[in-house]
Amino acid sequence: MTDAADLRRRTADLLAAHTPGTTDRLDFLRARFDAGLAWVHFPQGLGGLDAPRALQAVVDAELAAVDAPDNDPGRIGIGLGMAAPTILRYGTEEQKRRFLRPLWTGEEVWCQLFSEPGAGSDLAALATRAVRDADGNWLVDGQKVWTSSAHLARWAILVARTDPAVPKHRGLTYFVCDMTDPGVEVRPLRQITGEAEFNEVFLTGVRIPDAHRLGAVGDGWQVARTTLMNERVAIGGARTPREGGMIQVASTAWRDHPELRTHDLHQRLLKLWVDAEVARLTGERLRQQLSPTLNSVRAGGTPLGQPGPEGSGMKLAFARLAQQISGWEVEFRGEAGLTYDDWTLRRPEGVDFTGREAGYRYLRAKGNSIEGGTSEVLLNIVAERVLGLPPEPRTDKDIAWKDLPR
Amino acid sequence: MTLTTPEPEPDLLYSAEEDALRAAVRALLADRCDPATVLAGLESGRPHDPGLWRALATEIGVTGLLVPEGLGGAGATAREAAVVLEELGRAMAPVPYLTSAILAVTALLGCETDRAEVADSLAALAEGRTLGALAVPLTTAPGDTGPAPVRADAAGRLTGRVTSVADVAGAGLLLVPAEGPGGPELHAVDATADGVRTEPVTPLDLTRPLGHLTLDAAAGRPLARGDRARAALDRALLTGAGLLASEQLGLADWCLTETVRYTGERTQFGRPVGSFQALKHRMAALWLDVASARAAARNSADALSGNDPEAPLAVAVAQSFCAPVAVRAAEECIQLHGGLGMTWEHPAHLYLKRAKADELALGTPGRHRETLAGLVDLAAP
Ligand SMILES: Cc1cc2nc3c(=O)[nH]c(=O)nc-3n(C[C@H](O)[C@H](O)[C@H](O)COP(=O)(O)OP(=O)(O)OC[C@H]3O[C@@H](n4cnc5c(N)ncnc54)[C@H](O)[C@@H]3O)c2cc1C
Repeated sequence: MTDAADLRRRTADLLAAHTPGTTDRLDFLRARFDAGLAWVHFPQGLGGLDAPRALQAVVDAELAAVDAPDNDPGRIGIGLGMAAPTILRYGTEEQKRRFLRPLWTGEEVWCQLFSEPGAGSDLAALATRAVRDADGNWLVDGQKVWTSSAHLARWAILVARTDPAVPKHRGLTYFVCDMTDPGVEVRPLRQITGEAEFNEVFLTGVRIPDAHRLGAVGDGWQVARTTLMNERVAIGGARTPREGGMIQVASTAWRDHPELRTHDLHQRLLKLWVDAEVARLTGERLRQQLSPTLNSVRAGGTPLGQPGPEGSGMKLAFARLAQQISGWEVEFRGEAGLTYDDWTLRRPEGVDFTGREAGYRYLRAKGNSIEGGTSEVLLNIVAERVLGLPPEPRTDKDIAWKDLPR
Repeated sequence: MTLTTPEPEPDLLYSAEEDALRAAVRALLADRCDPATVLAGLESGRPHDPGLWRALATEIGVTGLLVPEGLGGAGATAREAAVVLEELGRAMAPVPYLTSAILAVTALLGCETDRAEVADSLAALAEGRTLGALAVPLTTAPGDTGPAPVRADAAGRLTGRVTSVADVAGAGLLLVPAEGPGGPELHAVDATADGVRTEPVTPLDLTRPLGHLTLDAAAGRPLARGDRARAALDRALLTGAGLLASEQLGLADWCLTETVRYTGERTQFGRPVGSFQALKHRMAALWLDVASARAAARNSADALSGNDPEAPLAVAVAQSFCAPVAVRAAEECIQLHGGLGMTWEHPAHLYLKRAKADELALGTPGRHRETLAGLVDLAAP
């Protein structure tokens, strides 16, 4: 059994063989992956050691202490948070070996071709078609939207309709799409912050080999649910230190600007500080439930890498907090809150909440309750799947997708 | 550059032993403390249920959890006591657990426990033979201990009046903070001694009776003086406030569970009312609050279980978060039950009264946020 001491030893071996600072960044990351220290809870040979997920913190701390190169998780978040757990669960051995290593090292960026102009919250209603050709490969036509990082991506996870004659959840299939293929066109979509983090993606006669299908034909919804559950944890579940992230920016602003303080803002800041600390603890508790940790080895958690619907709760809390804190911060800034740092159209590589100013944070945080499932939809999930409340009446359940009103 | 090891994480889950303890307490309460019994007891004017208390003390032995084994207790920690409080909160059990087994016991543990006087009292409280009460207004927050309203003369005679003391009427042993000739003191006073008088107050929360305590040259036995007396009192209040979060959690959890159950069954407009999204979203939002309160309450119990220097911060966070969650849960419970929630027969009102009183007990959320401001360097304007 891999324990913390064993991981420290392995990390020391890695550092001895590949001195940070003198080793090429990519060489270092590849060596780290091969040593099983990328995500220690993944299987051996796929960047991990089958170790408890919580032990990753041991490796990360040791490597951070010597400033070892990292894989820039803000830039490759979709690959790490959504594609990887889905490939791990549904991919063939060959797919896992092909995709996971360059995904983790950041050599290949991933994006998520799920949402469409006509299908967002109701993702299973999507219309992008995948039709099988004589060789058993697929031809894909359709339009996707809000696709973050499509302009940087080498690969995409894609859900498409392969059978319009059955009810909407049953006719979907999940693919890995090569973004460099002819027929893939990416157009920037400017957003509320002025930048273009996401895109419209037009798919015209894109040919996807059957070897790039993930899961069985018609099982796309099942596979997509794994992605979506992991997405919620990826968005809301990042591990932060106490007073980390956005509340740190706000608290620091408070300390640095005594001239702007008011009693009302003080009361609200303290409340937000408590909410942020409790959200941090709630995330920590969820993680302790998901996998045995350093000091609480327990049975009965959800299987490895499969967050339950409770993950939706984390995302809800995160979105609410980010919006409240960023709103507070603009107000606290006073006159400076009336200004914005930069409206030029940019193509950012990932989201940097703390690197820009209060106005940016305020506007970007509006997306937190929309991306990866809106707060309304997540509340439905909690109500039905966590609390077991009766479902909404469903009018579209047994109707073939092609016959649904549109 | 130094190699950092990850900080020890608080253990926010429940251990197998804690789960077993919970099961035992829950089974006992299911048996002897259903809502109808609680209501009938309150209406009979008998605020506590002595039979239930005896069962808790002797059958499961939870009254001595915080008392070390050598002193006649179970030698457990705040983590286990927190689990008991969750269950007592869930059942609205009319027993003086917070006051006797937590506040009074912790105050005594802050004194010299090798003195016979202290050790004997601890043993009596641990066995549940005697009920203890800490003579401070229930609203007192940790750290809010200025000069006590009771004066002690050089001979240990106590004079003064303490208002709104929780569970004072049934208590045999009073732990009385007093101002002596040389500063703060903590005294033991027998409730039956000459010069001790209590008057009951009609409480908002029927399940936790309050009384005013008047001492008129009553005989006190000094247990601690000076900094030691002050520290014992502060630690008791800190522990009480930190564990009250678990009672609030249990209370909120009951309110949510009961509301989900009821709205899933109650039909209007041809559908269970719990299938209406407006209601589902409210309950889902409450679920998130309760799940968060659980993390905060576990964190404070964990911090109180050792000599964690972070305990004051953990307690301030837990109290400022959990108290409003409990109130909201009880308020939502009443609203989503419709007219039924407004009746005396349905137990929801007991929960609301307890939740609202708990919000004031041992420091309001605002008071705890003020403490926090000092601890995390967020100074007031
Ligand atoms: C910053 C950002 C990045 C994104 N990145 C990606 C990406 O990389 N890849 C990708 O595929 N998608 C991405 N998305 C898309 C995102 O997943 C969708 O926007 C989201 O799922 C909502 O769908 P919609 O926009 O079509 O809104 P709609 O579904 O049309 O919703 C409109 C409103 O109706 C509400 N609503 C809908 N259904 C219900 C219901 N059943 N009950 C109650 N209310 C309901 C919604 O909550 C919302 O308020 C991104 C979005 C944002 C904002």
